[in-house]
Amino acid sequence: MDKYLWLIPALPLGGFLILALAGKQLSRSSVALVGAGSICLSALVTFVVGGAFLAGLPANAVYTQTLWTWFEVDAFSAKITLSLDVLSLVFVFVITFIGALIHIYSTAFMEADRDYARFFASMNLFVFSMLVLVLADNLLLMYLGWEGVGLCSYLLIGFWYEQPSNGNAARKAFTVTRIGDAAMAIGLFMIFQQAGTLVISDIGTIADTIWQPNSTTVTVTALLLLAGGLGKSAQLPLQTWLPDAMAGPSPVSALIHAATMVTAGVYLVARMHAIFALSETARLVIAVIGAATLLLAGLTALTQYDIKRVLAYSTISQIGYMFLALGVGAWTAAIFHFMVHAFFKALLFLAAGAIIESLHHEHNMFKMGGLKDKMPVVFWTFLAGALSLAAVPLISAGFYSKDQILWYSWTASGGSPILWMVALSGALITAAYTTRMMILTFWGEAHTPVGHLPGRRMTLPLVVLAVFSILAGFMELPHNFGHFTLFSDLLHPVLPETAMRAEIPSEWLFQLLAALATLGGVLLGYHYYYQQPARIESLRRNAALASLHRFWFSGWGFDALYDRLLVRPFIFISKINKSDVTDRLYTGIAGATGEMYKLLSRTQSGSLRWYIMGLVVGAILILGIQIML
Amino acid sequence: MKTTVSTEVVVLLAGLLFALGIVGVIIRKNIIFMLLSVEIMLNASGLAFVAAGSRWGQPDGQVMFVFILAMAAAEVSIGLALILQIYHQHKSLDIDNLKEMNG
Repeated sequence: MDKYLWLIPALPLGGFLILALAGKQLSRSSVALVGAGSICLSALVTFVVGGAFLAGLPANAVYTQTLWTWFEVDAFSAKITLSLDVLSLVFVFVITFIGALIHIYSTAFMEADRDYARFFASMNLFVFSMLVLVLADNLLLMYLGWEGVGLCSYLLIGFWYEQPSNGNAARKAFTVTRIGDAAMAIGLFMIFQQAGTLVISDIGTIADTIWQPNSTTVTVTALLLLAGGLGKSAQLPLQTWLPDAMAGPSPVSALIHAATMVTAGVYLVARMHAIFALSETARLVIAVIGAATLLLAGLTALTQYDIKRVLAYSTISQIGYMFLALGVGAWTAAIFHFMVHAFFKALLFLAAGAIIESLHHEHNMFKMGGLKDKMPVVFWTFLAGALSLAAVPLISAGFYSKDQILWYSWTASGGSPILWMVALSGALITAAYTTRMMILTFWGEAHTPVGHLPGRRMTLPLVVLAVFSILAGFMELPHNFGHFTLFSDLLHPVLPETAMRAEIPSEWLFQLLAALATLGGVLLGYHYYYQQPARIESLRRNAALASLHRFWFSGWGFDALYDRLLVRPFIFISKINKSDVTDRLYTGIAGATGEMYKLLSRTQSGSLRWYIMGLVVGAILILGIQIML
Repeated sequence: MKTTVSTEVVVLLAGLLFALGIVGVIIRKNIIFMLLSVEIMLNASGLAFVAAGSRWGQPDGQVMFVFILAMAAAEVSIGLALILQIYHQHKSLDIDNLKEMNG
């Protein structure tokens, strides 16, 4: 079946081309058919190819298909080669399957929008770029997909471009991720300079021979690659763009800024694990950044009013968990959490979009409330997603994936008790803000009348995603009960086993503590927002707590900090240098030319006698010179 | 009676005539006189050709003179027509008044 691999990215590309070239002429229903149909077909091909691939394991652990040579320079040749292994299969599955559901949802969600075709064209292009990113066999092709998803993210955040704030958000996302991308490009140059190749599998095999473990070069290379991942995955210190990216339509937030694109950093680190495995410093940096991000973003999510911003910060926080897992060396746990997170976060965003749509574009959770009985389908599916996000023990997928990360954050070779404690408090905070969001949205009094309810095309994807958010966890059960490790067994041909520390405490204790943290968080949220809402008011009156609240609400002041540190100096310098110094040279040349022209044009006096004089004098001069020489 | 004139004298005369023509073109204000001066220059160069032809015993010099004559006839007819037009439009033949095509 490997000869059909190219169809997976080609179908969305075809959809994009049709919609971009002929979108204006097509009717709405055919736009929806092309836009959603291309992704659905792509998902179907993924199922067929992926099924054949898994049936052939482990004999042929990787499918590769070389389509054509991109370009050749001397000894370096970049090929358009797709390569499918289990790691990319997981990503392709998530991208196409969740992508297809989100596209179906969008056909209803964007129905009233003027730019129906533009929306689906951008979405299809995004899916194509993301598939290129994960299927690429060399880093250059991956970089093509990497930049492609960045472009689509920009286009879709600024989709409603009439509002200037949306355009600003799009530019911010583009600029901030560009910082990471520039570092990543330098990392690619370094890899090419040292390894002489950009083919990922070749780098993996020769990494041990060309780099000394823990040498400076490998650490610098790994950190440069990581910087690219931090930008795309909205981790500290480049996380500021993601909350603003919620300016785009909800399906965009679900697909790009929750399920797929923002996890590209996770994919990059997992894909280049051969390099990261050689540098202990780089792994420590990843773990610390992940832990810091998950705590910081969790606390920020606790204070937000806008339901989409809560979800955005929670995405940052959950990707922080994935980075933490990558940092401590629990490669498969990170990918497992990625998959589960993609399901429940896409679900939460889509459900939030349905709520916002029904409440006449009301984003503020404090103005929602009482939706439990009015929107039952959305409520039950949102509940399934929230259970998974809060990692409620035993019944939710999020528990199994997050518990694994918590466990490895102490016991894996790179783990430490401090990282575990941060992750555990993060779990408590996650449960607390999830409960807060649930209670504010669905319980209590209704503050806004409900408009039309979402139709079947919107609820069906919600139900499917809800089923997966609960069931996906059972692909991998903890070692102490069930010991069912389907997912990590599948990934082991690609990713190394998690190395454990020498003496490890009992896993039961950890699970109990994780469960207690979740329940504690739920109770905290329940107490403050359901039982005793008055207490929140009294807490708010405390000046110190109120300023802390403001600090957290602003995302720990990162925006203001960057504004002072980078944006304003930049604007200041560009103001001083309005008449650019280097420009003076060129304006000088242009001015001199103009002056000389004026001088010459004076000789064009119109007087015939002058011209004849000129002729005669010239002839005499030339003859004189001839005679003299 | 046959007198021989040395070539040098004829060429000198041609040069003199040519210089006279140039001076005429430069200092004269009336376009008709300028045209006349140009004719003098042409004939001066024709004279030089004839002198050179007789010096080398070749017919080429006289052939060139016939060419120059033909060209001068064409030039005069076009030049006079232009002068006529100029006089119609400007009511003047003073070259210093005709400075429209400047700068």
